[in-house]
Amino acid sequence: MARNTLPSRFRGLDIDEYDENRFVDEQDEAAEQQGPDGAEVDALLRRGEMMTAFHIALKNPPINSKNPAVKERAQAVVLRVLTSFKSSDIEPAVKSLDRNGVDLLMKYIYRGFEKPSDNSSAILLQWHEKAFAVGGLGSIVRVLTARKSV
Amino acid sequence: MAYHSFLLEPISCHAWNKDRTQIALCPNNHDVHIYKKEGNGWTKTQVLKEHNGQVTGIDWAPESNRIVTCGTDRNAYVWTLKGDVWKPTLVILRINRAARCVKWSPKENKFAVGSGSRLISVCYFEQENDWWVCKHIKKPIRSTILCLDWHPNNILLAAGSCDFKCRIFSAYIKEVEEKPAPTPWGSKMPFGEVMFESTGTAGWVHGVCFSESGNRVAWASHDSTVAVAEGGKTAVITSLSSETLPLLCVTFITENSLVAAGHDCYPALFVYDGEKGTLTFGGKLDVPKQSAQKGLTARERFQNLDKKATSDTKEAVLESLHKNSISQISILQGGKAKCAKFCTTGMDGGMAIWDVKTLESAMKDLKIV
Repeated sequence: MARNTLPSRFRGLDIDEYDENRFVDEQDEAAEQQGPDGAEVDALLRRGEMMTAFHIALKNPPINSKNPAVKERAQAVVLRVLTSFKSSDIEPAVKSLDRNGVDLLMKYIYRGFEKPSDNSSAILLQWHEKAFAVGGLGSIVRVLTARKSV
Repeated sequence: MAYHSFLLEPISCHAWNKDRTQIALCPNNHDVHIYKKEGNGWTKTQVLKEHNGQVTGIDWAPESNRIVTCGTDRNAYVWTLKGDVWKPTLVILRINRAARCVKWSPKENKFAVGSGSRLISVCYFEQENDWWVCKHIKKPIRSTILCLDWHPNNILLAAGSCDFKCRIFSAYIKEVEEKPAPTPWGSKMPFGEVMFESTGTAGWVHGVCFSESGNRVAWASHDSTVAVAEGGKTAVITSLSSETLPLLCVTFITENSLVAAGHDCYPALFVYDGEKGTLTFGGKLDVPKQSAQKGLTARERFQNLDKKATSDTKEAVLESLHKNSISQISILQGGKAKCAKFCTTGMDGGMAIWDVKTLESAMKDLKIV
């Protein structure tokens, strides 16, 4: 999430790569995690079934996946769903999630903040406010400390 | 709830003597101050100066009355009382990074030091050489050890580490003790054996604690979770993601209840149900001051809206007893099975003593099982 803002192109070598005692994360299987089904979610959005689209978009998060394309795709799908919600519908949608769901939603929201476009930030801020009311500071801390994120 | 503000500096670590009349603490510098309770106040009786770096851990052995301290200068000292003066004995830990935490074992014949060198030094006294010797537990620790707690059988040691795991190791030293009996965590316990390793939580493990029986271990992690593991054929881990800021220290007050405190500046109660396998938030253990609710004039409301974009009447003042993060919690009376009083110290330089009975009666729906 945090980006290095000072110029570092002069650094030719990443010495941490060569450290024998380097901490390497556990490699978990990423077999089942292909991200939500984009086509299905689109169809549901067209039909106006927002809540179902929302729940499906939050299924199968590509948490363990090393493939950035999969993560981008998942993020795009979720962002589409989040932006097509009306402001008044956001609160009941968040209330329908369980603890893990709220944490996952927070992860997607912060991922969405990373690349702002058009009106996305405004809607994401509304989602953030409602998710924060349910998840509290703990859910934000979990976004920051998660080793495997969306 | 007694609150005493010792200093302006954070209290890095503290330890109580056996009858709780004296407290040894480090005011965020290289020394250890010992305060004695006189009447209603505390007077500083001694200053132990030996460390060259910040003292990061203090533990006071109740029976043998020895203090062990460890610091960022990679050393540990065992202090014994000779008359009125505390005399230090250096313990060579053979580490090349700072020591982070230290704990006497229940029988006080050894102590363990967690350090940034990615290992735990278990030290015991060798009679022939009149010298403290240490053995290292290295594998499979991948990062700094932040916290330690001993199992009542004097052999098993729980360690929380910055590699996001809580582990239980065997610290069996054959020179000083007999072979241990089997426990729910396993039966073969050679030195350095990993009896249990946690999975699931991400985030540094800041605090770890065994229950009184030793069958349960609880840990608090930086991703705002608290987890309890129950020993058995396969250890059962139950965790709770809380909505608060991360917790820094945790302790059992009965076999089923935990008190944990951290960056939110108040202790919180958690209740573990072994049968159902659930861990729930029991309540905030802070008695807030009843602040008078002043009505806001229209002008103040507008000003709030302009300055803070909200017309909320909540002031930006902490209502809790501690005004900064709580870094350590210790049991004063009753042990981990039926705790009657516990003490918290924090970054605000203050120490608060909490009485469990008073808390129970003050908070109506608080139940300590």
